[in-house]
Amino acid sequence: MLDLDWSALWLSLKVAGCATAINLVLGIALGGLLARRRFPGRELLDTLLTLPMILPPTVLGYYLLVLIGSNGPLGAWLQRGFGINLVFTWQAAVIAAAVASLPLVFKPARAAFEGVDGQLEQAARTLGMSEPALFFRVTLPLAWRGILAGLLLAFARAMGEFGATIMVAGSIPGRTQTLSIAIYEAVQAGNDGRANLLVLVSSAVCIGVLLVAARLVGRSSGDARNVA
Amino acid sequence: MWLELDIHCQLQAAGQRFQLQAALRCQSSRVVLFGPSGAGKSLTLKAVAGLLRPDAGSIRMHGQPLFDATAGLHLSPQQRRIGYVFQDYALFPHLSVRQNVAFGLCRGWRNPARGCRIAAVEHWLQVFGIDQVGDLLPAQISGGQRQRTALARALVTRPQALLLDEPFAALDHALRTHLRRELESVLEETGIPLLLISHDPEDVMLFGQQVVHMADGRTQG
Repeated sequence: MLDLDWSALWLSLKVAGCATAINLVLGIALGGLLARRRFPGRELLDTLLTLPMILPPTVLGYYLLVLIGSNGPLGAWLQRGFGINLVFTWQAAVIAAAVASLPLVFKPARAAFEGVDGQLEQAARTLGMSEPALFFRVTLPLAWRGILAGLLLAFARAMGEFGATIMVAGSIPGRTQTLSIAIYEAVQAGNDGRANLLVLVSSAVCIGVLLVAARLVGRSSGDARNVA
Repeated sequence: MWLELDIHCQLQAAGQRFQLQAALRCQSSRVVLFGPSGAGKSLTLKAVAGLLRPDAGSIRMHGQPLFDATAGLHLSPQQRRIGYVFQDYALFPHLSVRQNVAFGLCRGWRNPARGCRIAAVEHWLQVFGIDQVGDLLPAQISGGQRQRTALARALVTRPQALLLDEPFAALDHALRTHLRRELESVLEETGIPLLLISHDPEDVMLFGQQVVHMADGRTQG
């Protein structure tokens, strides 16, 4: 019994961690693209990528199922080319969590990049710095706080993902049954003791993440002030 | 003639149209581009540095083409090796004074370390008397020290020319006089040619071996 509870927590942490790692790369790339490049359909792209935050999770789950299901364009291709079936696996839960929490990363990232004075990048160019070098040495360090805050919120959001996850990954105990789904199952089964325990664990993890977030963001701003 | 420039550029921002039509023949090693704000002085300077691509014309420095519209040539700012000091200095706020000055000397994707000691950097910190504040951030030093940091950062890369955009505008009168003299002696020593933007007659008096007037996007004379 207790083993099972820990496996749900572990699975949630693993799924949220992987989703956040994906969003670290994807969110920064999209945020940078939307902040710095002008191209047709820029605001449309922003809107489409924000949709997962607004759409009912079941709608999002359905879209994902259509995409990665064995008849979907991506699912069929993966099945034929690599023999991979994503539906009802923990990797599908990662995809659902990543898509659902992406807006929480790329939106603050875009705002953070837009907040970086373009003149600093121009100064770096006149000093001979290549574009990738000035991104890692000027733009990213100055935008980092905003991005970090977004990443931690996205992690918490990914931990709590429910609707889209249950549609694409199902609820297989020990394999795809994340913490939030395990709680739902426990309540459905009338297992109040188990539900209580899981709810407490879930709340504790979320409070922990928020505390760490506040600490990290607070400390990095303190750093900037007191380096001397 | 270290700089020959003849450019045309049409810009549009917030529904406003601006025509830049600039021609410069810099013969003497100190040239002041003089005129009211909004005359297109900064845009001209940006075109020289490669931060703005004109629509037509050409720019040559020490006989080398930097920009040529007909040949489709436009060297990137990185390729031009031109020192540029922005009006508000554009110091990197997350780097110490020493790291700011060392910035252009350290290649790669990592910034110079906080404790780095590079001979050329230490030299320029001393020349401008900012070695004492080398470990402080730009936000922690005075306006005059910021100005000197920006100058040191540009000069340490041994640029083939120095472009200054209203370098003394943000400073009080006494400091301005002092810094002008400092800059003058540094230019004397290094032999780096200077193109300076100003609307202050005192800059013209000291650096204006050659003065080019500019108004409404056009150079005159």
